[in-house]
Amino acid sequence: MSAREVSAPAAQAGSSAPAVEAGWTHKHLLDVDVLSAADIGLVMKTTDAMKEVLGRPITKVPALRGRNVTIIFYEASTRTRVSFEVAAKNLSADVVNIAASASSVSKGESLVDTIRTIEALGAHMIVMRHGTSGAPYLAAEVFSGSVLNGGDGWHAHPSQALLDLYTMRAHLGDMRGRKVVILGDVLHSRVARSNVWTLTAMGADLWICGPTPILRGFDAWAARWANRRGPSGHRAFTVTSDVAAALADADVVMALRLQRERMDAGLLPSLREYAARFGLTRERLAGAKPDALVMHPGPMNEGVEIAADVAVLDRSVITEQVANGVAVRMALLYLLSGIHGGWHPEGGIGG
Amino acid sequence: MDARQIMTADEIRRAIVRVSHEIVERQAGTEGLVLVGIQRRGVPLAARLAAAIEEHEGAGLPVGALDITFYRDDLSLVAQQPIVKGTDIPVDLNDRTVILVDDVLYTGRTIRAAMDALVDFGRPRAIRLAVLVDRGHRELPIRADHVGKNVPTSRDELVKVHLGETDGEDAVQIERREGRA
Repeated sequence: MSAREVSAPAAQAGSSAPAVEAGWTHKHLLDVDVLSAADIGLVMKTTDAMKEVLGRPITKVPALRGRNVTIIFYEASTRTRVSFEVAAKNLSADVVNIAASASSVSKGESLVDTIRTIEALGAHMIVMRHGTSGAPYLAAEVFSGSVLNGGDGWHAHPSQALLDLYTMRAHLGDMRGRKVVILGDVLHSRVARSNVWTLTAMGADLWICGPTPILRGFDAWAARWANRRGPSGHRAFTVTSDVAAALADADVVMALRLQRERMDAGLLPSLREYAARFGLTRERLAGAKPDALVMHPGPMNEGVEIAADVAVLDRSVITEQVANGVAVRMALLYLLSGIHGGWHPEGGIGG
Repeated sequence: MDARQIMTADEIRRAIVRVSHEIVERQAGTEGLVLVGIQRRGVPLAARLAAAIEEHEGAGLPVGALDITFYRDDLSLVAQQPIVKGTDIPVDLNDRTVILVDDVLYTGRTIRAAMDALVDFGRPRAIRLAVLVDRGHRELPIRADHVGKNVPTSRDELVKVHLGETDGEDAVQIERREGRA
């Protein structure tokens, strides 16, 4: 960059200007485990700006003009896919949608070949959902642009965890010490796994609750962190199958969908027993704080993991989660769109 | 690096008072005026102009903030996306006269982006531009309606505006850019 920037904060390094905040450095968004608290803060702040854009008479800005965002989903989805599409269009990107079932994937094309084809067709960014955990990592190895994980197997759902966090922060502010309960089928849940990373990064008091057979892995994870092993350092969360203890004085209760399509035979005796012992009902919610937020990443099995009357309580923010999803995904697309070589801006365009 | 002061705190204060009078004179009053500062130092300048107008006209004007990041013409060139500072347009801009406020007018690219952003909020009756410093070297057909100080510069100089709200002091300095041929 040549003699352009004048008044921008970054051009003032060494002067009395406040320290310039760190920018975004991740090329891909495959999981939230690599995000620092500062990265997450930047996503939240950028999401605020996107919320403002969504409140305008014209909800479209030219930030991604000329960029091609290709959305390929190998698994069914309504809200995530549409949310990414609306987000990309709000940023003026060109959007290509590929339904894997109607593409050459159904003729046996490999993931790598599909990604190479998408790249040859001009994609700058790929948003991908895949039933196999880790598939987006393979895509990121062969694709020259950015890959956003729209959910892979049981592994990760980064944009969901970030929109959940955004929604919580909108109501509760600083999450440090806030008791957040994730209740339900955590075993099969990429939402739960990604939420563990973001919520512990922000210092929330996280509780994971469900039937014992479904908690396998999570208790080992929690124990590993409690012994200060692994990458987390000081992170911690609590795992229990005692619903009353989990919900006691909770600030947030997030019910997870019982993933019948992923359920191994024998993990649960029956849906009815699950609902009776672990469903989020008004009676159980009474143990939480009076204004505790009720959340659900959708789609809901009403009457199983969440009672229909709980889902529509005033403190239920389930539709707010969906609305915030567009703003969070706009923020992610915007932040990731910068990492493709070239020069670093020193600030404003100056003048 | 030798920084040379080109405006003192007093000179900045007087320039703001003079420009505030010019704005009202040009509009023949304060009816329909709204001040919109461009992030980041245009925002406190817009607030100061509004305060000066309130003092001599007794009319409180709406003040907004505009972040032009999403409208930059170099976004597809940057390696790292700039951090967004936020937009707040408190009133309907339709049929109002918008005074865009920025600290330094240079290439004109920020103002081009700002005008694109503004028209997404409505159709103002007019958009005018007030800047604290005009340093020349326009790359687009844009000029300021109200200027605090015209400063002849060369392209390898930096004009630094410091304001109490953002930098702890009021001053405008000019210095030679380091490490540039």
